[in-house]
Amino acid sequence: MTDNLQTDKLLLDADRWFPIGRADDAPFRHVLQTKLLGRELAVWRADDGFVNVWDNRCLHRGVRLTVGMNEGVELRCLYHGWRYASRDGGCTYIPAHPADAPAQTIRNRTFPAVERHGLIWTTLGDAAPAEPLPELALDDPFALRSLPFSASPALVNRHLDNADPTALFFVQPVDAHECVVHSVLAATPPAHEQISVWRHHADELTRVRDAVEAIAAGLPAPEPLVVALERIEPQEQGVPMPRARSDAELRVRVARKWSTATGVVALELDSIGDPLPAPQPGSHIDVHLPNGLVRQYSLTNRSGDAASYVIGVKLEPNSRGGSSCIHDVLREGDVVAISAPRNNFTLRRDAADTILIAGGIGLTPLLAMAETLQAGGLSYSLHAFAQSSEHLAFADRIENLGEAATTHLGRSPAETGEALDSILATPDDDAHIYICGPGPMLDAARSRAEGHGWPDSSVHFEYFRNDTEVDNSSAFTLNLARSGLTLSVGPGETILEVLRSAGVAMPSSCEQGACGTCVVGVVSGVPVHQDVYLNPTERAAGDRIATCVSRSADDNLVLDL
Amino acid sequence: MSDATRVCTDPAILDLWHPVAAVPELTAAGDTSMLLGSQIAYGTDETDGPWVHRLDADAPVAVRIDFGFLWTCFGEPPDALFDIPEAAEPDRRILNAGSIKVATSAPRAVENFLDMGHFPYVHTGILGAEPRTEVVEYRAALENNEVWAHDCQFYQPLASASAASGQMTDYTYRVPHPYCVLLYKSVPTDPSRRDVIGLFVQAMTEETIRAHNFLCMVDETTSDTGLRRFQQMIFSQDKPILENQHPKRLPLDPRIETPIRADQSAIVYRRWLTDMGVTYAVIPAA
Repeated sequence: MTDNLQTDKLLLDADRWFPIGRADDAPFRHVLQTKLLGRELAVWRADDGFVNVWDNRCLHRGVRLTVGMNEGVELRCLYHGWRYASRDGGCTYIPAHPADAPAQTIRNRTFPAVERHGLIWTTLGDAAPAEPLPELALDDPFALRSLPFSASPALVNRHLDNADPTALFFVQPVDAHECVVHSVLAATPPAHEQISVWRHHADELTRVRDAVEAIAAGLPAPEPLVVALERIEPQEQGVPMPRARSDAELRVRVARKWSTATGVVALELDSIGDPLPAPQPGSHIDVHLPNGLVRQYSLTNRSGDAASYVIGVKLEPNSRGGSSCIHDVLREGDVVAISAPRNNFTLRRDAADTILIAGGIGLTPLLAMAETLQAGGLSYSLHAFAQSSEHLAFADRIENLGEAATTHLGRSPAETGEALDSILATPDDDAHIYICGPGPMLDAARSRAEGHGWPDSSVHFEYFRNDTEVDNSSAFTLNLARSGLTLSVGPGETILEVLRSAGVAMPSSCEQGACGTCVVGVVSGVPVHQDVYLNPTERAAGDRIATCVSRSADDNLVLDL
Repeated sequence: MSDATRVCTDPAILDLWHPVAAVPELTAAGDTSMLLGSQIAYGTDETDGPWVHRLDADAPVAVRIDFGFLWTCFGEPPDALFDIPEAAEPDRRILNAGSIKVATSAPRAVENFLDMGHFPYVHTGILGAEPRTEVVEYRAALENNEVWAHDCQFYQPLASASAASGQMTDYTYRVPHPYCVLLYKSVPTDPSRRDVIGLFVQAMTEETIRAHNFLCMVDETTSDTGLRRFQQMIFSQDKPILENQHPKRLPLDPRIETPIRADQSAIVYRRWLTDMGVTYAVIPAA
């Protein structure tokens, strides 16, 4: 009896590895619905083979992700088309707001997945299970029929001794009164025997099931397990947290370093530890170099492709030690610190056509955009300008884009201008233009777009270096009444960002003024409300502010933090 | 859910009129259904007219007829139901477009009705189409204790049964009752007028509803059947979404789900339910 009690307890312990399906239940481009300990799970295999185990709930409106689409690198929710990246589960695109980069906090609850013995295993606990996955010498496992039982996992477990002992049994506790028995043979039978072996074991297990369910029917049914609804961001507001985070929060290893063009090296950066945050096209990372310098580089990864980050670095002739350190010092195998990706160059995916114009190393964010649009089957063209074919970075990937990509090699400034004129000749209300490249070329492209009648709102660009004067008119000072901190909020910075970088823990969720999670009290000052959460009365009262989008009307705002 | 058949005790809900059936569907023999967790019987009598009987209390309850539907009230009946002035216009086509049972909560159905962002994904090629997925800013607020959303716009390939081609369609949304929602939509053939489409939700239990579809249209050409079919096609596309939402009851804590700016009307709606003290068919904020 002691044994049984022990088993009962263990079988409902979240901090253990459990099988959740056969490996072939999760073929490519499919989303498997399963359940473990009362928690519904969506299981899907990315095109690179990675198996994702997520809560089966879109973060937006709770729709099952298993009715969504496995698009290979991302899972798309059926309801509003939100996309979530494989591995890290981060949201990469919210179609209702094509110009906005989804907040990093919008990230699915993920669970680890291991494929072993022909089955997929996961664990729901916060910590790694103390007991490792069963190590069995199964060189060539053969997964048999998985059978659902209407009985408690412990009861089923006790009766599996009555089944054919040549198979190994693994119990998936679905709920308090429900489980699935997965069974595996140590060796795959010869092809001509497989069907009869399969049938024999299925019949044997069905016989056990009939007996167990008959016993279970005479016992009181246990209450179903209750899985608490988790808040998106459970963290409490205002609690100080260690400062180290934000800017250099990730450690990556240089998995590969290669020359992709004259004077340009490419780096492939692999995570050591947790999966890398999901990249959105147009996003960049800060790279903390061994010599202490910090440089920003665009990711070339297409949307959601978080297997490893790939950046391209051009050796600047007047390098102050950034690009030269990467070219000359950094080696494969080295570990560097990077920031999570940030996206200030968001790609709209709602345009009838998209024109991407790249000058030199300005190609990197546009390559991410081109591959994203290509994968989405959207109409676009990429124009890559370079000094010569030897100077064209990532030429193989450009080649893979096929007819959508055009290279413009060795053009003089005048010829570049003519090419731009022809690309931009016909303004189109339903098209958008994205430009990245050296200053003079960028200015030429922008002024020509304007000359041909393209509206400002359709022309998006990113300078390598922000050479332009910043507009300081929207800057203000923030005083925190309780902690006594004084902080300054610059243009383009949000109150939320400034608070966080000062080490003030701030919960947030949507980061677009819709959910109210980051609302704090205002002690004095006049908020400029830019959220949609507070009602007119609350706005007029001026005693609360949504820190993710709203600002201050005066030079000074005092918050109740 | 063990409390899925909980009987409603919220005064804010009990003291309201709730829809039961379309008038043409009423029979002399009577039918049974559920409302707010209680068994009901309803029908029509040649001399006394329509009736509703609450079976758990074994007592007749108040009734009224409005907009072609039978309504009842378990609590203190208000003098009137919300008004739809357009319904009184002489050339309006007023139709019930089906009473459909759905395994969801009433507020989930109301929110789905208020939502434009799903048009390209759920009503593909009809009320929306990729890649035109943007929900542009609109204004949502409480007005006279009703939720209103103004200046809503969405690109629609086939906005209604009478539409010939794609167009930007203007919408106004109105939630005059916690479980009833209306939309006003520009008429393709007459830009000066607006069709009114409603969803009157009968909360059978916290997690099951009958959705009564109400049409009040300006359309001289489409047949009754054509108008009904169009509305039923749209609703049949929403139904599997509603039945795959978890939790079924609407969570009022804004941190359980992630709203975006496009959900402004739902944000106002959820806060309104919280402020009214509604606990039935929702998960109240902690």
